Amino acid sequence: MELYATELMGVKTYDVQGNYVGRVREFFIEPAEAPNRISHFLLSRGHFQPLVAKHNQVASVSDGKIRLNVGEKALEIYQPNESWLAVQKDLLDQQIIDTRGRKVVRVNDLDLAEQRSNGNVELRLTQVDVGLPGAIRRLLQGVVPSKVVRKLQSRLPQRSIRWEFVNLIEPDPLRRVKLRITHEKLEDLHPADLADIMEELSASERQSIIASLDEQTAAAVLGELDARLTTQIVEDLDPEKAADILEEMAPDAAADVLADLSKETSEELLEEMPGHEAKEVRELLEFDRATAGGMMNTKFVFVSESATREEVLEWMRKQDQSFDQLDAVVLLDHKAQYSGVVPVVRILLAAPDEPLAGLKMEPLVSLAPEADAKEVFQLFDKYNLRTLTVVDKDNRPIGAIAVDDVVSHLLKR
Amino acid sequence: MNWAVLLRSGVENLQNHGASLQKRLRSLRRRLLLLLAVIGPGLITSNVDNDAGGITVYTQAGAQYGYALLWALIPMTIALYVTEEMCARMGVVTGKGLSDLIREEFGFRPTFFVMITGFFVDLANVVAEFAGVAAAMQIFHVSKYVAVPLAAILVWILVIQGTYRQVEVIFLFACVLYLSYVFSAVLAKPDWLIAAKHTVIPNVHLDSGYLVMLTGLIGTTIAPWQFFYLQAGFVEKKVGPRQYPQARADVIFGSVSCMVIVFFIIVCTAATLYASGHRNINDAAMAAQALIPLAGKWAGTLFAFGLLNASLFAASILPLSTAHVICEGLGFEAGLDHKFTEAPIFYWLYTVLIVVGAGVVLLPRAPLWKILIFSQVGNGIWLPVVVIFILLLVNRRDLMGEYVNTMTYNIVAWVTAIGMIVLTLILTYTVMF
Repeated sequence: MELYATELMGVKTYDVQGNYVGRVREFFIEPAEAPNRISHFLLSRGHFQPLVAKHNQVASVSDGKIRLNVGEKALEIYQPNESWLAVQKDLLDQQIIDTRGRKVVRVNDLDLAEQRSNGNVELRLTQVDVGLPGAIRRLLQGVVPSKVVRKLQSRLPQRSIRWEFVNLIEPDPLRRVKLRITHEKLEDLHPADLADIMEELSASERQSIIASLDEQTAAAVLGELDARLTTQIVEDLDPEKAADILEEMAPDAAADVLADLSKETSEELLEEMPGHEAKEVRELLEFDRATAGGMMNTKFVFVSESATREEVLEWMRKQDQSFDQLDAVVLLDHKAQYSGVVPVVRILLAAPDEPLAGLKMEPLVSLAPEADAKEVFQLFDKYNLRTLTVVDKDNRPIGAIAVDDVVSHLLKR
Repeated sequence: MNWAVLLRSGVENLQNHGASLQKRLRSLRRRLLLLLAVIGPGLITSNVDNDAGGITVYTQAGAQYGYALLWALIPMTIALYVTEEMCARMGVVTGKGLSDLIREEFGFRPTFFVMITGFFVDLANVVAEFAGVAAAMQIFHVSKYVAVPLAAILVWILVIQGTYRQVEVIFLFACVLYLSYVFSAVLAKPDWLIAAKHTVIPNVHLDSGYLVMLTGLIGTTIAPWQFFYLQAGFVEKKVGPRQYPQARADVIFGSVSCMVIVFFIIVCTAATLYASGHRNINDAAMAAQALIPLAGKWAGTLFAFGLLNASLFAASILPLSTAHVICEGLGFEAGLDHKFTEAPIFYWLYTVLIVVGAGVVLLPRAPLWKILIFSQVGNGIWLPVVVIFILLLVNRRDLMGEYVNTMTYNIVAWVTAIGMIVLTLILTYTVMF
């Protein structure tokens, strides 16, 4: 039979001679030993010192009674322990992350399963109840007989999450280490989903998650978050860590983050970043965000127009970076001036020795960095662009605006 | 020195000057933007306090006692600020709503009872707001059978269709419309000097009618549900601890502007109804009616318009806040930034509150008077519970860190809380018996 944490709270406990020891006030999991086993029961009786029964001292759990397989003398006196996860204090009513459903939920109750081994009974946490049955139990426990409650809840829709998919939220980093809480499960989520989850949490919880993610994931998440939250998070991060994360972001995204910070903070972070990246971001920061220069990315692919398809592909294969988001390649003529754009699909379909000059898109469009955002939108709309090259006074490409930059700009307006 | 050099240094000087001015302007603009980004919850919450029930009481206070109760406004402003500021601070520091915190720190059952009480008390309040709509529209000769359903649909669509930001802009605009009371007070040609004197110098009578009115004044101004709304507003706006000064400014601005409106309502009715002997006023709509022959058609119309605005405003916020509180506490998805399918319970609760609230007003022989009393009694019983929860939470160092109440603040807060509780209990007692 399934057991519920709510039903076990307050249950009377008897020792091996059948003497009353006390009522269960709390139980603990010791994640360092076993991730889901109830390791200790806190028993209290009136004003006596509370005792602790270990998992191997429990003989049976039934009929609202716990029997121990030892005498009362064998039990230790309770000492608070930071590396124990307290079911009532740390789990019930708290928020957790459901990594499978990708959202933040509140714990109503916990489901436990009995596991018999030689001479004792172990309780394992199987799932977290976040639905109505748990709520009803919490409300009616002790008021209405549990048989009635069980009957009532069986008619309600279940909503529970298996314990393996639960990610605990603990803002205190020390406690997090003691409880073995990692955010590995979160790193597997899509950055956009993780960003949505983080928006549901409080500031300190957000901070703790960002601090424990690897820089690459953190950078991706910051890129997806609401600008105001990103600012808050970066301001509160350790500058070194913040600079590491910004380094992982695309220069235009990093510039967007820095532009929202105060002058001093932004300068401090730029100092921490490696010279090359910092320079790129600094250049981007010069542009107003509502201009082509403010929207462009200085990382873009450009090749000589005389290069053949095979040469370009060979070069791209050798690069140690992902081209997942690449829509088009910018062409340069022999004076290193802008000569056109070739969509990736055209390269894909071209003959191996075809020079890229013959694959150019017509008409030739480009913009100056000072151009207004509105002009950018109009060009994208008019020519159904996916990439727009930004050129300087000498007609040299200095950046490219991708269609996703346009989308996020339009959404922000 | 030759001219060119002089000219150049002059130009440079000018440029430097311009640059520093520009810099200062930019920092001013930045600060203003920061403030504007945060402002809203405090201003809206305090102004919603001046709802249909509130305006009725202020009107009666002015009609019965003239300027004599104006002095109460300053202590009321302080009480309003002290209690709201604690919620704002909790929201900003913990990033969690009030019902979230109650749930996490006090468990399921207390939360459940706070929420259930909240639901019924708020429902009674919603009925009172729609009754206010009906009364105000009667002055414009619109039947309640037309006005109330229209108002309900308007309110429902506003919140279902809008995002939090859009809705907030509309609410902020509604705050501005309260200025109609300022105009109708000016049209009433009051004696500003006497009004000012009575605001600063307390004028305490010891007859029981006066004391009841005083209690009523304070009791209607601070309603329990507003704390939940205020805190949720800051949480939903993602205001962090760094922006706490701006959040506090919002709360100060809100409490002061709320009381300024109350001042004008009392002054307006004191200068007209009290002065001419129309001292027994049952509701705000009746006051608006009586104003027309005394201060002109415009004064009366503006007064009725103010009542309509206040009722509509509160009718859209109350159900919203209630649905929020219940869903947050029980762990259902809540908030305007979710779609209907993502947060069905939230939107259903919201809809039920509006439909039932408006429906009761439409019943041919609806016991509106009894419901109004019930809503006031409900507020009175619910308020102490909520305020005590707030005080317990805001003093928890593990939640608030360095932002816990200081000793002095605690003294002020507890005195305010106990004073408010005693006064509302007296009010509850007097309306019940």
